Amino acid sequence: MGRYVARRLLQMIPVFIGSTLLIFVMVNVMGDPIAGLCGERACDPATAAQLKREFGLDKPLWQQYATYMGNLFTGDFGTAFNGQKVTELMGSAFPVTIRLTIVAILFEIVIGVTLGVVTGLRRGRPIDTGVLLGTLVVISVPTFVTGLLLQLLLGIKWQWISPSVRYGSFDELIVPGLVLASVSLAYVTRLTRTSIAENKRSDYVRTAVAKGLPARRVVVRHLLRNSLIPVVTFIGADIGALMGGAIVTERIFNIHGVGFQLYQGILRQNTQTVVGFVTVLVLVFLVANLLVDLLYAVLDPRIRYA
Amino acid sequence: MPEQPHEPEGAIAGTGMGAAMDLGVSEAETLEGTAGGPGGTGPAGRPHSLWSDAWRDLRRNPVFIVSALVIVFLVFISLWPAAIASGSPLKCDLAKAQDGAGPGAPFGYDGQGCNVYTRTVYGARTSVTVGVLATLGVAVVGSVLGALAGYFGGVWDSVLSRITDIFFAIPVVLGGLVLLSVVTSNTVWPVIGFMVLLGWPQISRIARGSVITVKQNDYVQAARALGASDSRILLRHIAPNAVAPVIVVATIALGTYIALEATLSYLGVGLKPPSVSWGIDISAASPYVRNAPHALLWPSGALALTVLAFIMLGDAVRDALDPKLR
Amino acid sequence: MRGATHARWAACVIAGGLLATACGSGGGFGGAGVLTSSWGDPQNPLEPANTNEVQGGKVLDMVFRGLKKYDPRTGKAQNMLAERIDTPDSRNFTIRLKGGWTFSDGEKVTAHSFVDAWNYGAGLKNNQKNAYFFGYIDGYDKVHPESGAQSADTLSGLKVVDDRTFTVKLNQKFSTFPDTLGYAAYAPLPRAFFTDHAAWLKKPVGNGPYQIESYAKGSAMSLKKWDAYPGPDPAQNVGVTLLVYTDSNTAYTDVLAGNLDLVDDVPATQLKNVDTDLNGRYINTPAGILQTLAFPYYDPKWNTDGARKVRTGLSMAINRKQITETIFRGTRTPATDWTSPVLGVAGGFKAGLCGPACDYDPAQAKKLIQEGGGIPGGRLRITYNADTGSHKQWVDAVCNSINNALDNDKACVGNPIGTFADFRNQTTGHKMTGPFRAGWQMDYPLIQNFLQPLYYTGASSNDGLWSDKRFDGLVDRANAETDRATAVRLFQQAEEVVRDNMAAIPLWYQNGSAGYTDRLSHVALNPFSVPVYNEIKVG
Repeated sequence: MGRYVARRLLQMIPVFIGSTLLIFVMVNVMGDPIAGLCGERACDPATAAQLKREFGLDKPLWQQYATYMGNLFTGDFGTAFNGQKVTELMGSAFPVTIRLTIVAILFEIVIGVTLGVVTGLRRGRPIDTGVLLGTLVVISVPTFVTGLLLQLLLGIKWQWISPSVRYGSFDELIVPGLVLASVSLAYVTRLTRTSIAENKRSDYVRTAVAKGLPARRVVVRHLLRNSLIPVVTFIGADIGALMGGAIVTERIFNIHGVGFQLYQGILRQNTQTVVGFVTVLVLVFLVANLLVDLLYAVLDPRIRYA
Repeated sequence: MPEQPHEPEGAIAGTGMGAAMDLGVSEAETLEGTAGGPGGTGPAGRPHSLWSDAWRDLRRNPVFIVSALVIVFLVFISLWPAAIASGSPLKCDLAKAQDGAGPGAPFGYDGQGCNVYTRTVYGARTSVTVGVLATLGVAVVGSVLGALAGYFGGVWDSVLSRITDIFFAIPVVLGGLVLLSVVTSNTVWPVIGFMVLLGWPQISRIARGSVITVKQNDYVQAARALGASDSRILLRHIAPNAVAPVIVVATIALGTYIALEATLSYLGVGLKPPSVSWGIDISAASPYVRNAPHALLWPSGALALTVLAFIMLGDAVRDALDPKLR
Repeated sequence: MRGATHARWAACVIAGGLLATACGSGGGFGGAGVLTSSWGDPQNPLEPANTNEVQGGKVLDMVFRGLKKYDPRTGKAQNMLAERIDTPDSRNFTIRLKGGWTFSDGEKVTAHSFVDAWNYGAGLKNNQKNAYFFGYIDGYDKVHPESGAQSADTLSGLKVVDDRTFTVKLNQKFSTFPDTLGYAAYAPLPRAFFTDHAAWLKKPVGNGPYQIESYAKGSAMSLKKWDAYPGPDPAQNVGVTLLVYTDSNTAYTDVLAGNLDLVDDVPATQLKNVDTDLNGRYINTPAGILQTLAFPYYDPKWNTDGARKVRTGLSMAINRKQITETIFRGTRTPATDWTSPVLGVAGGFKAGLCGPACDYDPAQAKKLIQEGGGIPGGRLRITYNADTGSHKQWVDAVCNSINNALDNDKACVGNPIGTFADFRNQTTGHKMTGPFRAGWQMDYPLIQNFLQPLYYTGASSNDGLWSDKRFDGLVDRANAETDRATAVRLFQQAEEVVRDNMAAIPLWYQNGSAGYTDRLSHVALNPFSVPVYNEIKVG
């Protein structure tokens, strides 16, 4: 087990280098970031050249990447074009996004798994059909529409919530978290439902029922535990995606989190900001994945890691 | 009672099996016969294949019939939109902007004064193409790589999983903003390519997890002990048992890809005019939702219907492929 | 009151409380008399000579006062810190300052405050994006050479005479130079700017009616009235809190919910509801912004005599009236010249200068485009950036209008570019193959500013590389002209050259629009579409 974890940690290094390189190249493919800095005017060539020198943009790409990674290991994430340290941006952006992600994951687990179990146990009944229609709406209406509609209805029409998020406390993030989780919620519901339905007929469940165990205990201890593997895989992988994928949600609810900074960074082709944030997201993602793989062994004792 | 794996049926139908395999199969069949399981032998005494059993089930399943009909209809209007809608989806008259239903425009007009009905009908082709092709691409790439990683384990798993991680780590919307903003082509291919490029890791991970679970099963161990080749075990024994989560996720993903196309349009990097798609219309109509909800409702409704059809189809196919649910 | 509560909460955030619990009901400052207003994250550090967009300009407008100030209603340049500006020859200027002005940190505003600031702004090593504003001053080529390092740190054309007087020598005649001095780039700077630059950037100090109380980059800024402000236009409210919004639709929604006091960019898609939503608390004021379609003259296909006819035809195929009414609900006015109504007739605005070429006439349009050999390349692709503004709506509408006129529903299509930066890349990299969006917001209310930067050969915003000797000659003559009326007439003649070639298709004059809650009164927008914050009364 310890060796397995050590090996996985070592394997993170190539992934880390691979994804940062990938995003570094992608952002650079977008072209010259200086052009957007001068508004509707062309930057005068001398200032543009000077800025490029200062941000190291006049060097070949591999050299820029090497310098960047070198700085990274000393904790220097670089400076955004507006003169702010990227680490400062992270300090203000990550706390609120982490809270948003926690809210979203809670929705996925609580609502998604519950609905999945209920529909899995009652396949074909009205409740199954009802939930199917619900997930369908959630999937087929894009997040930005769901977000705009909820903002309009809850924020203005009924005045239940504030239409925007001011300082990112948990209570403010409930609706944005639900919007962010919505599509994943549908996935979790469907995955749990399938898994439950499949395992419901398996021998260990029949055995458990035959032994006369109470239905509740059968569902929770036997059925659910064995049905959770695909769900856990999904949620684990989703953590990173939620944190980086909140671009639309954070824009609609004006949350100044990671998605907001990434969006700003892309709009302004701010390599330092985008690569820095993605680097951290990659780390979050890698750790979450490792935890998921370790959870496999907990959920299914047949799986052993050596 | 032992588990009732279904691969004996598949094995019998398979061609070119070895003698050792035959032996294993007949044993399993005996077991199944005593257990009274369905689908052992057909009326003519000839064993059924997994797929012919599935097909027999499907034909009787009303869910399958309805969803298949919807999909056939979608394919029909994708190929011949003019059959049910007259006029051009690009013909717009600003004087009619946001108007409600009128003659020749049962769904009313959008913010630019375009006929919502015509545009919804014509949008089917692009949206269905994007959804189906992106899903196929993602499913094929993802399940092949995921299955290889899960089955072979060890170095294979490490390398493939790390490559999966690299692509998975890039947030999708972010990747779209970056990659698609440099594209100038106004065909659907860059959008589909981007979805496959950043979408396959999702399926890959599901497939890997599923294969890891399935390969612990006794019948796989048995097949291996009997000397079956890796490709045979993977295709005949593991794939049919591991495919269910992939189908579920893929059918949902199909809907999300059509919706993702809308999000990309919302961010200005999706399909470009003169393409007509539900995504373009949904993103264009959403800011007007207070004044012209009909312009949002109809393309969204069409999208929902399509997603419903594919999810139900996926569900029906999955059930048919799973003998445990028979 | 709800708005007040939120303002205080917002202030709490700025104070550094990331956790809601850190900010109790009694905490924070401000509240009564403080208004909240929508803001965008400034793109560059908030230095006066480095701020070239409205959002940073908003702050500078509150924190700084320059030699001149543009009247919020008429746009006329009026003396602020300047007592008088004299010139014998339109080239040498003597500037005399009023006494009694200080920065909010107590330092006196002297001639040095200006000269040092301008030298800093012009210096190549300081990376100031508005450096070219000092390009008319003698010695600029030494301080800001086109290549290589700067060989001088100070502009030779600037000389301090005494504490309240300095002289400016220009490298060419420029009669309206004093009127440009209201632009933020010419603001004075205190010593603190030079001695502790990093601290100054964190919390800029100026000489305007407001002081910056706290600044959380990327999310909010809290400004407070400077009680000792010596100027004639002190703040009528206790303070302003600027909150960053990425989407103007959210800001508008927040105003409806009473969560935000003022939104100064009402999204086009909400304009239809504005009357019922805000019950008259909505203003729509002309601003010095003109939207045009520019063309790539570096593409030989567009630089022919036939293409000139095609451009005129395209202009006539656009139903400006219908688009401004339906899409923009009157927040744009169909353009009939290449300037802006805010200049006033005396300033050079001339309604109808465009003549029939700007009138909607589909039949004539079709005829002209056919005579000109049809649309170069067969299809018109109008390029725009999709990340800001409501560009998609109007580009689609323009295309539909052209398509209907030509009876071909694929003749014109919009070509969105994901980001403004990329759009600018393609524009300045001269990669356009068809017309592209060109919005011009004036820097100062002079006709010169609407023509020279956009159409003069090699000018900074002449992205299409249009070039016409007659135009250049007329502009040179106009700049050298000391008599204002004659200068304006010459500029208008130059504008006629633009018209005859249809160098760019004028679309509409843009208004500034703003909505506000019932806590506020005396809300107005200046000709730069920035709210006149110091006049707003709260409660």
